Amino acid sequence: MENQFFVDSEKLSERALAKKHQLEQDPTSRKDPMEYFPDMEQIHSPVREKVIAAMEAYDYDSYTAVDVRRALNHETCTVEDFKALLSPAALPFLEEMAARARLETSRHFGNTVYLFTPLYIANYCENYCVYCGFNCYNDIKRLQLDAGQIEHEMKVIAASGMEEILLLTGESKTKSNVSYIGEACKLARKYFKNVGLEIYPVNTEDYRYLHECGADYVTVFQETYDLKKYETLHLLGHKRVWPYRFEAQERALRGGMRGVGFSALLGLSDFRRDALATALHVYYLQRKYPQAEFSLSCPRLRPIINNDKINPLDVGERQLCQILCAYRIFLPFAGITVSSRESAAFRNGIAKICATKISAGVSTGIGDHEEKYTGKDEERTGDEQFEICDTRSLEAMYADMAAEGLQPVLNDYLYV
Amino acid sequence: MEKQEDCLVIGGHAFHSRFILGSGKYSLQLIEAAVQDAGAEIVTLAVRRANTKEQENILDYIPNGVTLLPNTSGARNADEAVRIARLARELGCGDFVKIEIMRDSKYLLPDNAETIKATERLANEGFVVMPYMYPDLNVARDLVEAGAAAVMPLAAPIGSNKGLATKAFIQILIDEIDLPIIVDAGIGKPSEACEAMEMGAAAIMANTALATAGNLPLMAAAFKDAIAAGRKAYLAGLGRVLTRGAAASDPLTGFLHD
Repeated sequence: MENQFFVDSEKLSERALAKKHQLEQDPTSRKDPMEYFPDMEQIHSPVREKVIAAMEAYDYDSYTAVDVRRALNHETCTVEDFKALLSPAALPFLEEMAARARLETSRHFGNTVYLFTPLYIANYCENYCVYCGFNCYNDIKRLQLDAGQIEHEMKVIAASGMEEILLLTGESKTKSNVSYIGEACKLARKYFKNVGLEIYPVNTEDYRYLHECGADYVTVFQETYDLKKYETLHLLGHKRVWPYRFEAQERALRGGMRGVGFSALLGLSDFRRDALATALHVYYLQRKYPQAEFSLSCPRLRPIINNDKINPLDVGERQLCQILCAYRIFLPFAGITVSSRESAAFRNGIAKICATKISAGVSTGIGDHEEKYTGKDEERTGDEQFEICDTRSLEAMYADMAAEGLQPVLNDYLYV
Repeated sequence: MEKQEDCLVIGGHAFHSRFILGSGKYSLQLIEAAVQDAGAEIVTLAVRRANTKEQENILDYIPNGVTLLPNTSGARNADEAVRIARLARELGCGDFVKIEIMRDSKYLLPDNAETIKATERLANEGFVVMPYMYPDLNVARDLVEAGAAAVMPLAAPIGSNKGLATKAFIQILIDEIDLPIIVDAGIGKPSEACEAMEMGAAAIMANTALATAGNLPLMAAAFKDAIAAGRKAYLAGLGRVLTRGAAASDPLTGFLHD
């Protein structure tokens, strides 16, 4: 079974439609995904080759219960152990994996769970990524907040008690350029203790500038580490350049950011191989940049506006839990964020095992926080990137996490 | 004869308890119980965690009368540690500071070289400086020179509960350094805390060992007892331990006459 991603909007011109269809049907009409655009910095890092070689050699069906048992008996988790824990042979050991993951989490993080919220400031996008609600051919309401509107949103969010914010944009370098994002970071520093970014990948110097504006964490989702699949999903735009995206975290660290986040979007390709590659991406970069902080996310595909059929395919909750436990056991020091794509019940449960960071009061739309927080109608809002599942407010999340025996933490960070 | 009180003196301040409690890994509501049951007079807290708005500030949960020991976790070099220490002072955390400088996010091992630099600068600014360090005698001597009020060697990687992995080197610090040696990080069990105290450590700092226990206040009490027992044993002077066999009843030197 495969997802059906292609949806034609009636509003597209004949020319646009023809181009869209050509991109979808004729692979030769698409740019080489390995070829950088001229403005893209190339850093020649060996990390990518190591990660991809390991992923391609990964035969998860070759692992048995004996390998899984051996992995769980090891005090530290080797790369081979991690491969066993990700394999189908480990699924019957899920409860044991969860117990081990919980122990590692408590050793490194105690019973704390960090709360944050994302703020989308623009949804313009120049990419055609077939599964994403913001893709340039999708008929949605587009909006970019100006400085005043951004500040208004931040005030509403800050009033809820939130102290950590993640700023997001669609991937339009022309509409949402680096200085626009930098100004948003400066505003965010006024209202929040901790500012993270989830924007299109940029060069080292741009990361340095954004760091100086107040951002200290950069998250870039690779979506899938399977280049062949990636090429069929990201048909147009800067995002199509797969290696430039892969190297984003490294450029961010070179630009002075304290921490970086990683993720594959599960459901796009073979999830076990993507999970392996994601963790190895962290593993090899940690060896190269030992001072940096690392975090992982584990999003699954969700329905979008105009396509409610998109789903995470074979990645069920048990599989998701297995991946997250394996991540925790292999990379006990890494933060793990679980998105509002997942249900409240799943997030409550996983926070007690291995997640360290949970979003609350989430909107993936633009300029609609007041409407969503207080019910007050707002004149112009932009449409959502994807449907969320867990809609709890900060207050509700705080109370629920405390009721689960966890200590919610709004800030554990200093900009120095 | 009047019994002399056995106090831990750090930077001119005297403490009766030799158990320093961490606060960052368990629920805020448990801090007070942990402090009480541990009999702790010093509680550490991360400045970055205290750097929060009014809602649920960790500072609000630390009982009155307890000396705060703010730490500089999050600092990656001496400059950052100095800035964080100054912020601690501004936040009203007092003059004590525990220097933690890490350039490694995986094991959180301290950077000794940067720690010496930060110690010197902060001691000059009037802080009571307690540096967390990897147990190295030369570094410990440099820390004394730099103006440290105590030296805090790690027993094992932080959070690992692995016990006295660096025992031999901690013993060297205890034997050679005139400041209080406070064993920090890695202590997983009361018996290990007791052992370090028997060796002559001045105090024990623990966080994860309590946070990962089934019953936190009870474990806090267990550590309190173990630390007190180890201290008494140290003061009493441990009896000898024979490495093999029994003591010879006929001394080898029994033939000597004058």
